[in-house]
Amino acid sequence: MLAVRSCATLAEAAGLLSGDRQAVLLGGGTLVMRDVNEGRLTEGTLLRVTDPAFRRIEAGGARIEIGAGVTMGQILASRELAFLHAPARAIGGPAVRNMASVGGNLFAPAPYGDFTVALLALDAQVVVQAGFGSGRATPLEELLASRDRASPGLVTAIQFSRPANPGDFHFRKISRVKPKGLSLLSIAAHLPLAGGRVSQARVAYGAMAPTPIRARGVERTLEGKALDAAAIAAAQQAALEGCRPATDAIASEWYRREVLPVHLGRLLAGQPR
Amino acid sequence: MAKIPVQFRLNGTDRAAFVDAPETLLNTLRRSLGDFAPKYGCGQGACGVCTVLIDGEPHLSCLTLSIACEGRKVETASGMADGPELHPLQAQFMEHFAAQCGFCTPGMLTAARALLDNNPNPTRDEVIEAISGNICRCTGYEPIVAAILAAAGSPGLRRA
Ligand SMILES: Cc1cc2nc3c(=O)[nH]c(=O)nc-3n(C[C@H](O)[C@H](O)[C@H](O)COP(=O)(O)OP(=O)(O)OC[C@H]3O[C@@H](n4cnc5c(N)ncnc54)[C@H](O)[C@@H]3O)c2cc1C
Ligand code: FES
Ligand code: FES
Repeated sequence: MLAVRSCATLAEAAGLLSGDRQAVLLGGGTLVMRDVNEGRLTEGTLLRVTDPAFRRIEAGGARIEIGAGVTMGQILASRELAFLHAPARAIGGPAVRNMASVGGNLFAPAPYGDFTVALLALDAQVVVQAGFGSGRATPLEELLASRDRASPGLVTAIQFSRPANPGDFHFRKISRVKPKGLSLLSIAAHLPLAGGRVSQARVAYGAMAPTPIRARGVERTLEGKALDAAAIAAAQQAALEGCRPATDAIASEWYRREVLPVHLGRLLAGQPR
Repeated sequence: MAKIPVQFRLNGTDRAAFVDAPETLLNTLRRSLGDFAPKYGCGQGACGVCTVLIDGEPHLSCLTLSIACEGRKVETASGMADGPELHPLQAQFMEHFAAQCGFCTPGMLTAARALLDNNPNPTRDEVIEAISGNICRCTGYEPIVAAILAAAGSPGLRRA
C-alpha cells in the first residue's frame, strides 16, 4: 500500500528520505504519478513538501537561488529569470509546466532534462540535504554523474550566478513535433565575451548521454577565441566528445550524432534553427 | 487504510470527499464527486484530456493528488456554462464543428479557457501553444483553433 506524508519542513522531508529506502520524494509528480497510475509504484511513502522555502525564487541580485520545488510555470512568470524562459517553455505543454519542478527535472531520464541542460551551462550548484542537518552545495555535474547509482537525498535548491549579459546565454531544444515534442537533443551555452573573445565558455547537451552533460571539448576549443567561422568549425569538430546518445522512439544514436554538430554550429553562429 | 477527508471548491461549490492517500484528483472528481467532464486518457500526462484548472491554472488531474487540492479552487468543463447559456468557447466549438467524438473536448475547453482568461485576444500561435498539451485524434486541430480564435474577445468571457 502506498502512503503519502506531507512534510512541513525541508528538514523533515530530508530526514524521512534518508531514513526510509521506500520513501520517494514527490515534486510536481509528472513522472512519479505516472508510475503510480501504471502500477509500477505500489509500496512505500510519497513525501510531499509543503515548506514555502521549497517553492521560493530569490532572483533579485547577482546570485540566484531557486527552490527545487519551483515549477516551470513559476520560472515563466518571473521577469528576473527571463533568460531562463526558453528552457522552461521547452518543457511539455502549459499544464505540465504548471506542475513540473526544477528539482524533478534534475532526475528526469533522457530525453527529458532540458531545463537541467540550461542549469549546467550556468555552472549551477545544487543544495543537497541528506538526513537532518543543513544542506551542502554540490556542483550539479557531480549530482548528475552519480544520479543513476545512488539516491542523493533531497535537493532543496539550485544556485547560480546571473549571466552578466543575458545575450551571452543561448538555449535550443531540437524536436520533430512542434510546439511540444520531446528532445531529439538540446543545447545550452553561456559564452561571455572579454575583449571580443570567449572567456569561461560553458556548453551543455541534453539527450546526448544518459544524463545532461557538459561539452568539454567544445568549451576548450572556444576558450579565448573570437566566435568566427574558424572557431565555430573547430567547435563542431570537437562537438561529439563525451557523447553517448541513446536510440529511442525520437531518434537513433546515429542520427543524434549526425545532427548535433549542425545545430551546435547554428547556435554558435546565431543562425535560426 | 483509513480514508482522508478533503475539501475544495469545485466549479464554485464547496465539495468534500473521503479519499485514499495516493488517490488522484481525476479519480476523486469522477468516482466520488460525479464530475465526468475530465476523462481518463493516458494517465501519463501526455494527452491532456484530464486537464482541470487549479486556482485558475491548467493542471493534469491524472497526475495530481487529491489531498494536494485541500482548500483550493478546482474548475472543470462542467462548470463553464451558466445555466442554459453556453460559455463562448462552448458555443464556438459547436459553431465550428470542433468536436467529433468529443473525448478531447473537455480538456481542450479547459486549456482554452485558461488561455482566454489571461489573454482574451491571443494570436493563432498563442492558441496553438495553449492547446499543445492536448491531443485530438479526430479533428486535425484546425476547427479547434478556429473556434478558440472566434471565442476570443467575446463579451462574457470572464464570467465568474
Ligand atoms: C507530457 C509530458 C511532457 C514532458 N516533456 C518534457 C520535456 O519536453 N522536457 C523535459 O525535460 N521533461 C519533460 N517532461 C518530464 C517532466 O515533466 C519534467 O522533467 C519535470 O521537470 C519533472 O519534474 P517533477 O517535479 O514533475 O518530477 P517528479 O515526477 O515529482 O519527480 C521525478 C523524480 O525526481 C525525484 N525528485 C523530484 N524532486 C526532487 C528533489 N527536490 N530532490 C530529490 N529528488 C527529487 C523524484 O523522487 C522522482 O524520482 C514531460 C513530462 C510529461 C508528462
Ligand atoms: S489522462 Fe491525464 S494527461 Fe492523459
Ligand atoms: S474530437 Fe475526438 S479526440 Fe478530439
